Amino acid sequence: MTEIWTGIRMYFETNGAEYLLCVKEHFMISVLALLTASVIGIPLGYLCVCRKKWERWITGAFQVLRIIPSVAILILLIPVIGTGVRPAMTALVLLAVPPILMNTAAGFSEVPAFMLETAEGLGMTERQMFWKVKVPLAMPMILTGMRTAAIEIIASATIAAKIGAGGLGGIILTGLGLNRTDLLLIGGISVALLSLAAGMVFRLLMKLQPAAA
Amino acid sequence: MKDTAIEFRQVSKKFKGAGKPAVSDVSLTIREGEFITILGSSGCGKTTLLKMVNRLYEPDSGEILLFGKPIAKENPMELRRKIGYVIQQVGLFPHMTVAENVSIVPKMLKWEPGKIKERVEALLTMAGLDPEQYGKRYPRQLSGGQQQRVGLARALAADPKILLLDEPFGALDAITRSVLQDELLKVHQEMPKTFLLVTHDINEALKLGNRILVMNEGKVCQFGTPREIVQHPEDPFVETLIRSAREQERLWEELL
Repeated sequence: MTEIWTGIRMYFETNGAEYLLCVKEHFMISVLALLTASVIGIPLGYLCVCRKKWERWITGAFQVLRIIPSVAILILLIPVIGTGVRPAMTALVLLAVPPILMNTAAGFSEVPAFMLETAEGLGMTERQMFWKVKVPLAMPMILTGMRTAAIEIIASATIAAKIGAGGLGGIILTGLGLNRTDLLLIGGISVALLSLAAGMVFRLLMKLQPAAA
Repeated sequence: MKDTAIEFRQVSKKFKGAGKPAVSDVSLTIREGEFITILGSSGCGKTTLLKMVNRLYEPDSGEILLFGKPIAKENPMELRRKIGYVIQQVGLFPHMTVAENVSIVPKMLKWEPGKIKERVEALLTMAGLDPEQYGKRYPRQLSGGQQQRVGLARALAADPKILLLDEPFGALDAITRSVLQDELLKVHQEMPKTFLLVTHDINEALKLGNRILVMNEGKVCQFGTPREIVQHPEDPFVETLIRSAREQERLWEELL
């Protein structure tokens, strides 16, 4: 036990800068993947509500993609786009789109019809109805979807290191290779803390929503 | 004789897939400052008739004129901003404060902020809600009766000449409903506005309306003062309505 502690202390003393770089990489990959997934998932989710016919196809397609494990997507993508950040990002985005899309669709479809009718009756234009009524009312659900996605991304970004995308996964992989518990703990706990932090940030954002009860 | 506020000319409306028209060949004239209650059972077309006035529904045939001008030629958004609209579910926006809800239409009409603030304060005071205390609250922090008071204040915000109310007190308990009915009557007496209120409650219709429009199966059965309706029902449906109300009254008398 003391051995592990000394190992951990030694690691931070000698590799402090490297550790921070790993955290930064992990964070950047996650943020970028989350933003990309949101840019894809939120409009598609809204489209599902506007065009009921498309809903089955859009949600179906992403559900299928979700079944494929991220590792499999990573490996499958290597021949297509090689190694590095891009295939890792693709896998993470594919993983993160479904929760964002589903929650966005649920959020918009849960806006009560009478609320929209009131907005129309007050003389709001389509645009005003969208930005002043639909978006704020759907926002808590959209944020819920983004939170789920963020946590999944942070956890899965670990495996991105396997194809050279960097991040905290690198420390874990080294720990596995050298059979070093101290490195496994450093990597694992750091990922867990990042996930928790992401969860807290989103909980705070949701609390700031006036529509949330 | 006052000016004509609303005129229906042979207005009909049939919804897709429905066998019978929701509103069929309705022609009538409403004078400025009248309080009209539209009475009928559910599905009789009373709400459809109301929603055609602010163009939430478009008639299939016929036309509706407000102050002599056909509404079909107006921009629906601009038209609706000139007409107050209150529904049973109130429809206050939960993410906006009471004051923000009331100021929606004045904001869309680009009133000056100072004027909006003044107006909101006056309206909340009129609705019996202290602006200081209630203005910053969210709708969920209010009781059902208070919410509908805010709904009414919001509908009156831009000083519309016409107010449409679709069963506004339907979801309230009997005591609150009665209080709000009295307040609505007071508002109507103080302001020279034309009110159109849809209800299925004959007592509410008789209490509030200076004329009552009884509808059944999309047609107007009778349009007259409460006294005319009660004393000279012109139609079997109106007779049935009055008889059923009378029977309830007898139940009361037996119990007393």
